[in-house]
Amino acid sequence: MQQSRSHRDRAPWDRDVALRLVREHLDREGPLLPILHALQEEFGYIDTAAEPLIAEALNITRAEVHGVITFYHDFRREPAGRHVLKLCRAEACQSAGGDPLAARAEARLGLKMGATAPDGSVTLEPVYCLGLCATAPSAMLDGRVVGRLDVSSLDALLAETQR
Amino acid sequence: MTLRLFIPADAGALAVGAEEVATALRAAGARRNVAVDIVRTGSRGLYWLEPMVEAETPVGRMAYGPVAPGDAESLLGSLVADGQHRLGHGLTEEIPWLKRQTRLTFARCGVVDPRSLEDYRAHGGGKGVERALALGAEATIEEVVQSGLRGRGGAGFPTGIKWRTVAQTQAPQKYIVCNADEGDSGTFADRMIMEGDPFVLIEGMAIAGIAVGATKGYIYIRSEYPHAAATMEAAISAARRGGFIGKRVAGSSFAFDLEVRLGAGAYVCGEETSLLDSLEGKRGLVRAKPPLPAHKGLFGRPTVINNVLSFASVPIIMDKGAAFYRDFGMGKSRGTMPIQLAGNIKYGGLFETAFGITLGELVDDVGGGTRSGRPVRAVQVGGPLGAYFPRALFDTPFDYEAFAAREGLIGHGGIVVFDDTVDMAKQAHFAMEFCAVESCGKCTPCRVGSTRGMEVIDHIIRGENRAANMTLLQDLCHTLKFGSLCALGGFTPYPVMSALTHFPEDFGAPPRLQAAE
Repeated sequence: MQQSRSHRDRAPWDRDVALRLVREHLDREGPLLPILHALQEEFGYIDTAAEPLIAEALNITRAEVHGVITFYHDFRREPAGRHVLKLCRAEACQSAGGDPLAARAEARLGLKMGATAPDGSVTLEPVYCLGLCATAPSAMLDGRVVGRLDVSSLDALLAETQR
Repeated sequence: MTLRLFIPADAGALAVGAEEVATALRAAGARRNVAVDIVRTGSRGLYWLEPMVEAETPVGRMAYGPVAPGDAESLLGSLVADGQHRLGHGLTEEIPWLKRQTRLTFARCGVVDPRSLEDYRAHGGGKGVERALALGAEATIEEVVQSGLRGRGGAGFPTGIKWRTVAQTQAPQKYIVCNADEGDSGTFADRMIMEGDPFVLIEGMAIAGIAVGATKGYIYIRSEYPHAAATMEAAISAARRGGFIGKRVAGSSFAFDLEVRLGAGAYVCGEETSLLDSLEGKRGLVRAKPPLPAHKGLFGRPTVINNVLSFASVPIIMDKGAAFYRDFGMGKSRGTMPIQLAGNIKYGGLFETAFGITLGELVDDVGGGTRSGRPVRAVQVGGPLGAYFPRALFDTPFDYEAFAAREGLIGHGGIVVFDDTVDMAKQAHFAMEFCAVESCGKCTPCRVGSTRGMEVIDHIIRGENRAANMTLLQDLCHTLKFGSLCALGGFTPYPVMSALTHFPEDFGAPPRLQAAE
């Protein structure tokens, strides 16, 4: 599951572990997305070194694997920060005051949306809808959902990212 | 005595503290030596009351909300006494906001334990598949056709006709695919079903499998919905253990099994052909139609692909009959629609009702206007690709054709309310920006047109060559609408053009006369 654990617990890239994860899914129909999710769950990102491994196992070209990884917003090419803070930037959250909160988060963290802090503490990301639109604006910190976000609850989340 | 409480584990309730409330109530019970049995349900959809706690009493469930962890002590004290509490709302079923709804698809959501097949059956679940097995495949499809059910994902194509096409196509393998890539802002009905009553979706898909001769189903859930995916997985395991699906569906000779697949953050994968490519392990590129997925769908096999709500509406249609369902609604929009009231709204949540209710009733009467207390200026209906409606069009009835006649769409039934601080030129710009970010890139109008759209709107906002740029924007929207392969490029003009048409003053043009169309 996406971000079911803190980003600080991720294992470093390991070719043998990666191969084992790839093989676990080979019997499934359309195994590529499950494989990529499994690799990202294990390592926190998908190392470039994984591309030829997957290509060989699935008997497709490396270009195809690369094309799929880069198509989807979820798949990371490099590790995220220890925390990942996602702020919903879609219409329902815009209508409920999400824009100034996003600007506040960017200013307080000194980060633009999509960037990771140089000290590796946090990655700040936009998300287009968490489906919490009746309790907007909403956020997700390391998989934990937060609704009815306001300045004080946002500041509490920002403080958490610095721990 | 044991106090039996119901607290949602729905993501929307968790986001406002339901877990902390459950923990606090457990602790309060321990301190008072009161046995507290907490059932984690889905949400009733009264998000304005979340976190909501319900207590079982001899006359029914009593609702309390919104409950904060700090209220646990006093609430527990009341519950062991007479049940009176300042957060009390009486019997849940009697709360006017819920009572005036017609809960067909959402009858069990928020009521049952979503991980218990026994609870599902105890609340009337499973009768649809039994009747489908008794009727046989052809009569089942006929029943769905006769019910008038149309695709609840947004396109509104008759579900039964789609099923019949797949049933009539010969192939060694067919598939049932559920589109649970609910990416539209302002919508959360699919998420609620998966977190609150997942067995109804499983049953609907199993009925589809029996009807068309498919033995395998996939539920493609967006990765932004981890709670829904977890509950769905748990329910599928329980359904398999209980013989509800698997080698012998509900004890019959039909086989049907299900698998959850996670999306990876691409909005366009909510488009059915892009979703199929994604399931196959490819980039989520839109396919040209024909061939229809019903002829050549997943892995080139005949495939029924429907939205969560479409499948979830089938069990009650099979259980109560096509006529029962068809009797709700208006015109060619039959049955009920789970409408989602979202954004800057006082009483936000899930409101299931027969088609025909007006937009104004939904926003003002049911929704209570804005949460900010400022006047409602615009509402976007149907997600990021839906039109912005001004108050002047609030007499529009909730119906596929009525919205289309006013250059809008009901889509997946989401309504996002904006107050008078909204800048409609900014919203139009965002619509183009969203299309540019999420375009799969296959067709030029969408891929290039969306970026050009942002540029042109920027020029208009800055007052550069305004008249010429307005004309250019309209021309561009025309190209997007008629030249794009799918609804992403094809419908992005709806929010843009509606903003321009109804709120020209935000683009520096003279205001439109406030007359209804």
